[in-house]
Amino acid sequence: MTAVPDIEFRAVTKRYGAVTAVSGIDLAVPPSAFVALLGPSGCGKTTCLRMIGGFEQPSEGQVLIRGRDMAGTPPYRRPVNMVFQQYALFPHLDVEDNIAYGLRQARPRLSSREISQRAGEALAMVRLAGYGRRKIHELSGGQQQRVALARALVNKPAVLLLDEPLAALDKKLRTDMQIELQNLQREIGITFVLVTHDQEEALSMSDLVCVMNGGRIVQLGQPNEIYDEPADLFVADFVGKTNLLSGTVAGLSGDLVDVALADGSVISARKRAPLSRGEAVSLSLRPETLSLGAAGSGSLKGIVRNRIFLGSTAEYAIEVEGIGSLLAKADHQIGRDNLFKPGEPVAIGFAAGAPLAFPQPKNNGTNQRENHHVEILS
Amino acid sequence: MSGAGHKPDPGNATGGQWPAGTEAAFSMRGTLLRKNLMTALLLAPATLWLVVFLVLPFVAIAIFSVGERAPEGGYQAAFTLAQYANLPARATAFWNTMVLAPVGAFACLLVAYPVAYYLALRAPERWRLILLALVVIPFWTSLLMRTYAWMYVLGGRGIPALLAYVGIEDVRLINTPGAVLLGIVYGYLPLMILPIYVSLERLDRRLLEASADLGATPLSTFLGVTLRLSLPGVMTGFSLVMILLLGEYLIPTLLGGGKVFFIGNALVDLFLQSRNWPFGSAIAITLVLVSVVVLIAANRISARLSGARRVDLI
Repeated sequence: MTAVPDIEFRAVTKRYGAVTAVSGIDLAVPPSAFVALLGPSGCGKTTCLRMIGGFEQPSEGQVLIRGRDMAGTPPYRRPVNMVFQQYALFPHLDVEDNIAYGLRQARPRLSSREISQRAGEALAMVRLAGYGRRKIHELSGGQQQRVALARALVNKPAVLLLDEPLAALDKKLRTDMQIELQNLQREIGITFVLVTHDQEEALSMSDLVCVMNGGRIVQLGQPNEIYDEPADLFVADFVGKTNLLSGTVAGLSGDLVDVALADGSVISARKRAPLSRGEAVSLSLRPETLSLGAAGSGSLKGIVRNRIFLGSTAEYAIEVEGIGSLLAKADHQIGRDNLFKPGEPVAIGFAAGAPLAFPQPKNNGTNQRENHHVEILS
Repeated sequence: MSGAGHKPDPGNATGGQWPAGTEAAFSMRGTLLRKNLMTALLLAPATLWLVVFLVLPFVAIAIFSVGERAPEGGYQAAFTLAQYANLPARATAFWNTMVLAPVGAFACLLVAYPVAYYLALRAPERWRLILLALVVIPFWTSLLMRTYAWMYVLGGRGIPALLAYVGIEDVRLINTPGAVLLGIVYGYLPLMILPIYVSLERLDRRLLEASADLGATPLSTFLGVTLRLSLPGVMTGFSLVMILLLGEYLIPTLLGGGKVFFIGNALVDLFLQSRNWPFGSAIAITLVLVSVVVLIAANRISARLSGARRVDLI
């Protein structure tokens, strides 16, 4: 990349007393990107966002916005704007005055005609034209969300920061807003930095996902890379659904590795880190890479316990003796007749190279999933 | 976001957002009747108390105020507005009250706001309760005692004596409007701090961050967000102190020494010394009317400026 990054972290560490929230992060966000900071609560993603906004100062390292070191620059002098969690709209101002708030702070002052014109344009952009004189408490959650967006974007920031912007919306509205945000970002062409604990949201909206855990960046890549080529067990587990099995390395051949499972069966997997014979490993098996067949074929035998019918697909919970329960996802566009029934014995096959082998984590703390907790600030 | 504002308020018929009759439609006639009876029972003691000790005396005072002074003092039935026409005779008391009450309340506000601001937004969490307690603790001693203490502090053997010691002679502090003002600020400070503290404490901190994020300097954030949203507390404190000051008797007596005369002092004089009940009543009625006007005005201003839908004054 030759262009100056919109946002750059250089060896940034943030400590609160004895607690290290962010440790030694390096990150460069290219211009006009839609980046998601994804991770469980307490992974440091919100702290990173707040350091860009200027609400927190790094304990070590530098945060740069468009090549300028932001050390000592207060929030009100930074060329970024934030959409806050729960929106933080001003309850004493109506919709238009909320949106015009940033414009009124501009020095030299803008003419009142320009202010109302730009506020009107911002309202139209988020499809709230005609709502200018409404009170904030008269708006629905989705409308408040769009006012918050307009209030930030009207200032034409270099970067828009979004702190869990969709967390307070119901599922239907959330999907709509995901598309709307994506369109807005393309239309305006500025960088969006989104913080979320929802992996689906991160994968579906952004073109660059930065997976964080324990104050570090675990993986940075495009959504499909993150999903298909997870850097480690944590990412494999956190992003998307997966089956995790433990086993030991029985044989090595180039990129592939034979893994012996607890029940004695051997599965060929692709290794994602250097491994040695006899080493304990964890296997990640995406539910959709499992193929189900009539009993007798395949590498593992099991019994269908539950079937979750999802329309075009169906998910099965399959009990495999000696291993445990596996989740399989099967495409059933072809015909409804080949749905398996609970209690039915099935054989499970694996596409070659689809299972991924990871070294087992040293400590147990790294692969905990706690993505449904609310992020606690500071 | 959808918190306090949307709660239906059964006690406030105009403020409720539900269409009238919704409740009746959902409940049977019988339960409604029982509910009303229960409400009546719950309210009865307070109502009785207020009727006997507030409404009836007020009516009596209103009747007295259009009567005449009996030759030997007290009240004699009549209908005349002479007492009201005579109000200018006590113009000094009115003037002192009308000037010192708002000035005192304002001085109180100026001292109280920074304290409340510090307590709510700056004080370390674990000190906050202790500091709040320190604000309230003076209330545990009677105002009379504390004001007496000020009499000695400001009196001849207090600060003036100390000043004389370093060569500054003839300083008079006691029995001046300044002394009364000082007593007022001292006595009523907690009453001003607490409501302001509450409104600042309830302030959503993210609004301050949002304001800074949108380019507002700390000063414009304070003026545009913090102050605006704490105005209900400010107006509550202001009207609370102001109304109490309108009827203040103790502080002007002790620290004003009869030189700074309040309406309260005039009332005591008229009812107990010169026994001119009708004139005293006329003054009392006027005072009540002024208080009501002050309350309504404060409420209006506060509601307008803070954009709040409903403002609780006391």
